[in-house]
Amino acid sequence: MNVLANWWDLRSLANPVNGLLGWLRDKGWDEIAYIVSGSIGAAAIGLFLGVAMLALIWVERRVIARIQIRRGPNRVGPQGLLQPVADAIKLMQKESLTPRLGDKWVFWLAPLLLFIPTVLTLGVVPFGDGMTVADLNVGVLFIIAVGSVMPLVVFMAGWSSNNKYSLLGAMRTIAMVLSYELPAVISLLSVVVLTGSMQLGEIINFQKDHNTWNVFLLPLPFAIYLIASLAEIGRSPYDIAEAESEIVAGYHTEYSGMKFGLFYAVELANALIIGGLFAVFFFGGWWTYYLDVIIPSWVLFFVKMLLGYWLFVWARGTVPRLRIDQSLKFSWQFLVPMGLLNVVLVAFEVALWYQLDAPGIILAPFAVINWLLTAGLIVGYVRLLKLEHTQTPRRLTLTEDVGIVTHVPAPSAAGYSAAGGSPA
Amino acid sequence: MTNFSTEPYVVNIGPQHPSTHGVFRMKVTLDGERITDAEMVVGYLHRSMEKLAEERTYTQNIPFTDRADYLSSMSNNLAYCLTAEKLAGIAVPERGEHIRVIMAELQRLANHCMAVGTFINDAGAWQTPLMWLFAEREKILDLFEMTCGARLTLNYMRIGGVSFDLPDEFVPACRRFIDQFPGRLDEVEQMLLENEILLARSKGIGVIPTVAAINASLTGPMLRASGVAWDIRKADPYSIYDRFAFRVPVGENGDSYDRFLVRLAEMRESVKIVDQALRALPGGPHKVDVPLSIRPPVGEAYARVEAPKGELGFYLVSDGGTSPWRFHMRPPSLINLSLLREMVIGLTIADAIVSFGSVDIVIGELDR
Repeated sequence: MNVLANWWDLRSLANPVNGLLGWLRDKGWDEIAYIVSGSIGAAAIGLFLGVAMLALIWVERRVIARIQIRRGPNRVGPQGLLQPVADAIKLMQKESLTPRLGDKWVFWLAPLLLFIPTVLTLGVVPFGDGMTVADLNVGVLFIIAVGSVMPLVVFMAGWSSNNKYSLLGAMRTIAMVLSYELPAVISLLSVVVLTGSMQLGEIINFQKDHNTWNVFLLPLPFAIYLIASLAEIGRSPYDIAEAESEIVAGYHTEYSGMKFGLFYAVELANALIIGGLFAVFFFGGWWTYYLDVIIPSWVLFFVKMLLGYWLFVWARGTVPRLRIDQSLKFSWQFLVPMGLLNVVLVAFEVALWYQLDAPGIILAPFAVINWLLTAGLIVGYVRLLKLEHTQTPRRLTLTEDVGIVTHVPAPSAAGYSAAGGSPA
Repeated sequence: MTNFSTEPYVVNIGPQHPSTHGVFRMKVTLDGERITDAEMVVGYLHRSMEKLAEERTYTQNIPFTDRADYLSSMSNNLAYCLTAEKLAGIAVPERGEHIRVIMAELQRLANHCMAVGTFINDAGAWQTPLMWLFAEREKILDLFEMTCGARLTLNYMRIGGVSFDLPDEFVPACRRFIDQFPGRLDEVEQMLLENEILLARSKGIGVIPTVAAINASLTGPMLRASGVAWDIRKADPYSIYDRFAFRVPVGENGDSYDRFLVRLAEMRESVKIVDQALRALPGGPHKVDVPLSIRPPVGEAYARVEAPKGELGFYLVSDGGTSPWRFHMRPPSLINLSLLREMVIGLTIADAIVSFGSVDIVIGELDR
């Protein structure tokens, strides 16, 4: 698609901007063009975030409602579309309480700072052909670096609340992010090694040039990144940090009013962004085989983004929550070694490719090999750890006779002690 | 870091907490996330039910029982009416007995829907199984509403029978319900029974050994999950339960997961009982005429039923007057919860919540 098409050509939303900037440059006002382009980028991201958050609240509630055979919000506006607006108005009217013994400044700052990683990440996401605010050449590194601000902010919120539930939630967040940042980075490393670039635009171009999606080539990093990103943004089954049934609301227990609203909105926006990154890293970004000739690239990207988001909502509506030690164990014991093995494998394949100076079609056998190895690795590793069948549920005994003891449970390692209460 | 000094961390779980199912308070001492000590505090919903009952007539006391375990008022009604009938020597007509059994078993379904749903909710499945089971519970409540007009605090049973006869549309509606209910149960089992996360969260968590369960006088699903085949419907049949064929599910491990399994299996058995009772439903009067104010002979009586949560018993002492001299309840919620401290010590907060959720309590009955 021609980026330098006419400014009214909305197949790329960047065209009007480029038209304006080109006109400014023709006049010789380069500095103004620079400022204008930055302002437009910031405004676009702000607009996108605002609209996306309002829309996502509605999407999330409706989808969850469908899963739970309810109707969901359907009273305010057509199909309940204005419900998020009503919610926002309600939240703004509510009093924002600050704990008397809390750290007031940090307490105030945390929800505001929480926006920083979200907004900055959006800056490098290519929303369509040529529609990136700043296509950094270290884009992947930037995303990872910016994303690691999140646990700090969460800890600020948890600590300053002076609430035990908040503190527990913050502690859990730190442990989770420390453990899951690593597999996420390792899985992205495979992508970077394969595509040979950290620039998000280049990653998409690689997939376009070789007529493939990375997910076909890198099934294991895809799975690892899916799990790790779920854990990092704290969505179910990894909503351990704000586990409602255990620690009320985790780190944002004490927040009320619009400050709570910010936490809620950022959580949704993060899920959406992760959906977008999925599209970029594994599903060709805005490029979709031959569809992007007919359909505007940004539409394709949004569709993929929403599909990724929908996956998260689906998970939220389906699975129970893991315990913190189980999830950490899963990361260190399973995801990290698997990811490392895969990096070695991909590096070897890429070296072979360059060495042979082979045409791009060599990716096809690589894809087959990777899928087979992934299946083999998972099965083999599970066997190695003897994870199989340990959890097989035993069936109940159904009896007609009562007054008998059918089975005496073996005393368990943890938990109950008949002597009355020394910890196991 | 060996000289790193730490101090215990006391957290109040409740009385206002999303998973204490009301106003129960668990004061836990934490070492990190692990519970080293726990103290249970009950009584936030105490309404002095037993003392109040001494001022009212035997019939006027029936509504109190609704408000004890408000999620299974039919069973409470039944237990109380059985006791009063035993005290006064009143026999219930056949149709009345059948209606009572149908209602009590429907109530068991409704209660277990709630118990299983909230248990899974405590384990972190964000409300989906709860909502699925709530939809089924709604249908049962519709059946109750059709019969006696109320949905939650039913006040349906009377000394000597039940207050109203079944309406004409009840039997087909109830038949429709029990025909489709096992299918719904299949869906829930499909989603949860072998769910790896649920297994990891509830297998081996909150184990109660058989001996401890018997010593603590646990009853109902809690006892059965610990491997004791004990069901008052079979062991000491009341009403007309000896006429129905059903089996008692017994667990093996005594953990939270087994309690969940036992409840699911009990629901299937209850459906069978309702089915048999509907087939055998005779005509005739639904109650005998008992004056609103009865004067039972001097004496005492204890009758018990297998309520959804366990053995629910009422102990009534009559001094020959119109109101009981002593009115006492054996609440299964309270007694089943008595092992909670031993269950949760050594577990993490997350596991403690799951163990607590698997007990299935109602605070109204706990505190009375």
